[in-house]
Amino acid sequence: MTALVEQLKGGLDAPICLTWELTYACNLECVHCLSSSGRRDPRELTTDEAKAVLDELHALQVFYINIGGGEPMIRRDFFELVEYSIGRGIGVKFSTNGAFIDAAKAKRLTDLDYLDIQISLDGTDAVTNDAVRGDGSYATAIRAMEHLRDAGFVERNGPFKISVVVTRHNVDQLDEFKALADSFGAQLRITRLRPSGRGADAWHDLHPTNAQQRQIYEWLLAHGEQVLTGDSFFHLNALGEENLPGLNLCGAGRVVCLIDPIGDVYACPFVIHDEFKAGNVRDAGGFARIWKQSELFTELRQPQSAGACASCGSYDACQGGCMAAKFFTGLPLDGPDPECVGGEGELALAGVASGAAPRPMADHSKPPRPVAVSLGRR
Amino acid sequence: MTTVAAHPVLGRSLDLHPQVALRPEPFGALAYHYDTRRLVFLKHPDVVRVVRELGNHDTVADTLTACDIAPVRHDAFASAISSLLDSEMLRDRTG
Ligand code: SF4
Ligand code: SF4
Repeated sequence: MTALVEQLKGGLDAPICLTWELTYACNLECVHCLSSSGRRDPRELTTDEAKAVLDELHALQVFYINIGGGEPMIRRDFFELVEYSIGRGIGVKFSTNGAFIDAAKAKRLTDLDYLDIQISLDGTDAVTNDAVRGDGSYATAIRAMEHLRDAGFVERNGPFKISVVVTRHNVDQLDEFKALADSFGAQLRITRLRPSGRGADAWHDLHPTNAQQRQIYEWLLAHGEQVLTGDSFFHLNALGEENLPGLNLCGAGRVVCLIDPIGDVYACPFVIHDEFKAGNVRDAGGFARIWKQSELFTELRQPQSAGACASCGSYDACQGGCMAAKFFTGLPLDGPDPECVGGEGELALAGVASGAAPRPMADHSKPPRPVAVSLGRR
Repeated sequence: MTTVAAHPVLGRSLDLHPQVALRPEPFGALAYHYDTRRLVFLKHPDVVRVVRELGNHDTVADTLTACDIAPVRHDAFASAISSLLDSEMLRDRTG
């Protein structure tokens, strides 16, 4: 295993985990949105440009892509692109809030081969979920799941996923999330909250406490392979003898990358910031050149220093955690994760001056709604 | 020296599952199964060579010989192949 991890650190010929955000437009405004989505960007890739990227990914033998957004189903060419991708032998997993999955769309999705769906949900009740994802979003997600169930999606394509970002407020609902997924024949996927996008501001209030981190670790050990995590909790491996299933490394620029709606390529979906931008698919040489030769990705594939973590006995297990989490909380990249289970992150965070952490970029949030002022008629 | 019974998988006729794609990588290859959506790392170029050749020979043992895998390594290859069979990356050839 370790030998493999060392290999992967040097990078792969093509990404394993490529996220492609099709649009910054979204019907919701989740407080922790990693891409600060809301409004469409006029520079978003056209249908033809997107197909050209898919041709490239096909040539690189990318097995599947993770489509996200914003809300990807808002794009009018959503089905056209998904069908084109699948036709090129690139499987599709896509993340959605479910708002556009009605009975007819559920049927259409069910009829596609090599398609997997992740419905985002951040609470097992409307109060918990809607506090983060917005009014009505719980009911919307459940309705989408019901449509998929009625269309026979699970029977034909296997379990769809219920995708949960674990926060301070829903960590006690893990068993209930699991039961909900089971009741739909779906699979639960839980991932770590990072201080990315609008999450940079929400993180301090939402990220799990130290005691809750242990709770997550133990819950994951107990449920092991039945629950997906995107291998996002490896920083918790420092808590015990036993490692969580999955790859134990930061894959940014090595096995992971992001193509954003305007074609910018970042090292990972959680680092939308110029410092982690490797190029644009519209540039000469396209995506392949960026993946294989960009300065940034080449640098990320060099051995990284453990910095302040070097003296920690848990470094092998935890690898110093998540680069994005460090970056957007203002911590050095070669040091402890802000959620270091040894408490080193908390100490380090105390030394970051307020306002010193880099701000996420490419903000596409909707403008704040005007405050309703009642103009009394006189 | 003790003689160990030959691994049972050595006598079987196997093939790469038709829904599996192999992609060469510096360490060997990645295998992806489009139906189960499972990704497996083939961590040695020799394993990749053998897996690609399975369909061209009667048995696993024949494949190993044809690929010039030294007899002392056959058992190690047999267990790698069994686990690929368990994860449905490989399947039995019928007829
Ligand atoms: S000090 Fe660094 S290596 Fe040790 S547990 Fe904390 S983040 Fe992990
Ligand atoms: S930066 Fe964080 S989220 Fe991105 S690949 Fe590394 S560990 Fe994963």
